[in-house]
Amino acid sequence: MPEVFDVAIIGAGVCGANISRKLSQYELKVALLEKEVDVSLGTSKANSGIVHGGFHHNKKYLKARLELEGAMMFDRLHQELDFPFERCGIVVVAFHEDEMRAIEQLYWQGVENGAIGIEMCSRERMLELEPTLSPDTVGGLYAPGGGIVEPYRFVFSLVESARKNGVQVLSQFKVESATRQDDLWLVTGADGRQIQARYVVNAAGLYADVISAAFGGEDFNIRPRKGEYYLLDRSAKVKPRRVVFPVPTTLSKGILVVPTVEGTVLLGPTASDVDDKEDFATTRQALSSVLQTARTMVPGISENDVITSFAGLRPVYGEDFYIDISQKVPHLVQVAAIQSPGLTASPAIGEYVKDLLKKDGLRLVERTDWDPYVKKTPRVRDMDPYALDGLVKEDPAYGDIVCRCEQVSEAEIVAAIRAGHTTLDGIKYFTRAQMGRCQGAFCTYRIIKILMRETGMSYDQITKRGGNSFELKGEL
Amino acid sequence: MKNIQIDAVVIGGGAAGMSAACELKSRGFSVVVLDRDEEMGGILMQCIHNGFGLIEFNEELSGPEFAQRVHSKASSLDIPMLTGTTVLDLKVEGESRVVHCVSSVQGVIEIRTRAVVLAMGCRERNRGNIRIPGTRPAGIFTAGLAQRLVNIDGYIPGKDVVIIGSGDIGLIMARRLSWVGCKVHAVVEILPYPSGLTRNIVQCLNDFNIPLYLSHQTTNIFGADRVEGIEVTPIENGAVDYDKSFKIDCDTLLLSVGLIPENELSKKAGIEINPATNGPWVDSALMTNIPGVFACGNVLHVHDLVDFVVEESRRAGGFAADWLSGVRPQKELKIKTGANVRYVNPSRVNPSRDNKLYLRSLVVKNDAVLEVKVDNRVVRSIKKQHVQPSEMLSLNLGPKELESAGIDASVEISIL
Repeated sequence: MPEVFDVAIIGAGVCGANISRKLSQYELKVALLEKEVDVSLGTSKANSGIVHGGFHHNKKYLKARLELEGAMMFDRLHQELDFPFERCGIVVVAFHEDEMRAIEQLYWQGVENGAIGIEMCSRERMLELEPTLSPDTVGGLYAPGGGIVEPYRFVFSLVESARKNGVQVLSQFKVESATRQDDLWLVTGADGRQIQARYVVNAAGLYADVISAAFGGEDFNIRPRKGEYYLLDRSAKVKPRRVVFPVPTTLSKGILVVPTVEGTVLLGPTASDVDDKEDFATTRQALSSVLQTARTMVPGISENDVITSFAGLRPVYGEDFYIDISQKVPHLVQVAAIQSPGLTASPAIGEYVKDLLKKDGLRLVERTDWDPYVKKTPRVRDMDPYALDGLVKEDPAYGDIVCRCEQVSEAEIVAAIRAGHTTLDGIKYFTRAQMGRCQGAFCTYRIIKILMRETGMSYDQITKRGGNSFELKGEL
Repeated sequence: MKNIQIDAVVIGGGAAGMSAACELKSRGFSVVVLDRDEEMGGILMQCIHNGFGLIEFNEELSGPEFAQRVHSKASSLDIPMLTGTTVLDLKVEGESRVVHCVSSVQGVIEIRTRAVVLAMGCRERNRGNIRIPGTRPAGIFTAGLAQRLVNIDGYIPGKDVVIIGSGDIGLIMARRLSWVGCKVHAVVEILPYPSGLTRNIVQCLNDFNIPLYLSHQTTNIFGADRVEGIEVTPIENGAVDYDKSFKIDCDTLLLSVGLIPENELSKKAGIEINPATNGPWVDSALMTNIPGVFACGNVLHVHDLVDFVVEESRRAGGFAADWLSGVRPQKELKIKTGANVRYVNPSRVNPSRDNKLYLRSLVVKNDAVLEVKVDNRVVRSIKKQHVQPSEMLSLNLGPKELESAGIDASVEISIL
């Protein structure tokens, strides 16, 4: 007999993670299903990592309301969980007077939305707030509440918290079909595994349309819109202190210059519609436009500081988020079309979906033993020599630095593996090892060895990110 | 936390660091060598091919054999060498230089010293640095990582290989992978001439019938999970001609597209970097802008041969010993890079003694002349049968050439 859950959430991206953690507060049996080998490997991995300022969208949209609510929830989550977050502020730069009129609109929209501390800025004020801006700046907007977050670390931490409170994470569970059976959903995976659930939440990101179809739900089409990025080394000479936005267009919020929480600089994203939901290739044209556009705002940016490039796909369907109880089939909640500001809104989406489930009849009884906190993994690079010395005495593996560029110790790699990240990319996103200037040239072989030792995998089972992404092809 | 007081600290235990330490110790100073790897020797340990030591030992050795010789000397001098030890930071506190390092065995150690020799070597440029668009599948390695995996860990990264860039490690790996049964389909070089040594082109490519595409750029990478192929595009008259792009199928890409001195620690310590070499600016005594901190080997500038690294590092150790003996910088002349010269290292000379200089050409040229001018007067002119960017040149300048130079004379070196 398949295991029966109160709620099954499909998709362990930032929405699924927030929803599952929220539901873990109640007396419920919850499953989080993920098709990939690890969580946060889809859209939640490759995005700008911004907590938005609440001025980009009109509040007639659900996304605007959830954005504002979500943004306010980050401080508390940051205290409870273990992910890098900082309210560094957002500036939107205008280069001529026409753009200043657009800035004024954004300003009033922000004020109406209730964005805190938002202000219009003169040229002088802008250059004081962000000295790396181009001298051609004529003015702009400042949203002090805006911030930056490491999106995958955010998801990892949410999932860890959910798991700690009883949520079961089933990875490599690619949902293929679903049928109604005895008032329950019977959900079948590609490998034949089955579970049953009273309620299902469809948070399948780019594949939310496919999942909806599998449940006989609403018919809609998620189109992927690609965004390409460059990542610059933390030793880059010119690094902004705040997130720098251009004046937005109808298609996107534009190409940003983002100082990441970890000290690197992210440039992007572009916006181009593609057909293939697995098309993560970067292109020559898009990447050169990323550099060019970023440079018009922050002229000191140099291509010599590029350490890598990548692409992410936004799940596009209509103007707004599509979050609702299915009108076609029972006990299915759709959480679809979560593009920007999805990351910002995601904690509020968790609350919102909880309320929808309640409305749809799910009984919510708060648990008395719910623990909102997760243990913070100590990071060598954040420590002073005295603290590190003490830690090495407790666990010598903290004294063994595996990744020199990001100063990641063996102990941190082991912690990642024990938290379930058993691919090279999973370890990278959890620890930052392989993410620095050498991009793994010096540490990959060591991580492979530690992975083999800790998991018992053989060399030919080691993958970059699951599937057929095998790293090694033979042995001498 | 442990505390150590010592005359000198050498950061990096490759050929450079050990050689500098030997010199310091034989001049009577106490010195410790720190290395983050499990054993001393640095990258030489994975270079199991021969071709090392022809100048230094007058015989042909493999990398590990060369390292062994230098290591034996350091051991015989009783130099303490700490492995598995990563330096966290380098700071200046008055007359002291303070180094924090950590290892699993010792925890954090604070070392107070009067002289530091930087010998951290270099790292490889990677795909991001050269900005090849496309997918991000498994199967993309730097040549050095592949070399490590094959030669030390015993794993084969892939079966059908294309090597991007014709740097020496890439060429050596073309041969190595052919020997272990891989098919190396091509080496793709963006420049019109090879980046590696001529002897490696002959022994590693020609002998194995591996095609070398010069003036070709890698313009795309295909494959979702694992590399499936690349797009290669010829460069004609300086422009990339996308009409002539073609695809090469492969499951593995090795990148050998240049080396960068590993100066993150130096930068954090406030050491100024020369953009032409990516290594520290040094004076004629190989001392950086921080007094008492010296640099040598590949962290100073990327060398072709370990023999040159050892020669330079021995001098750096000697200069550090001079510093510890109370010798202080004197009046020096600045060298200007003239026509066709990329850099000269060091970029300063002391006119009262002999100076050994290493330099690189910007051009490929036969029957070239290396010319040294002091205040526009030619003081030295050396015939060179052939010069090219990938082969480092050396030059000695001493009181003979420089004695007549005034206090603010300009010394210019050109390749004509």
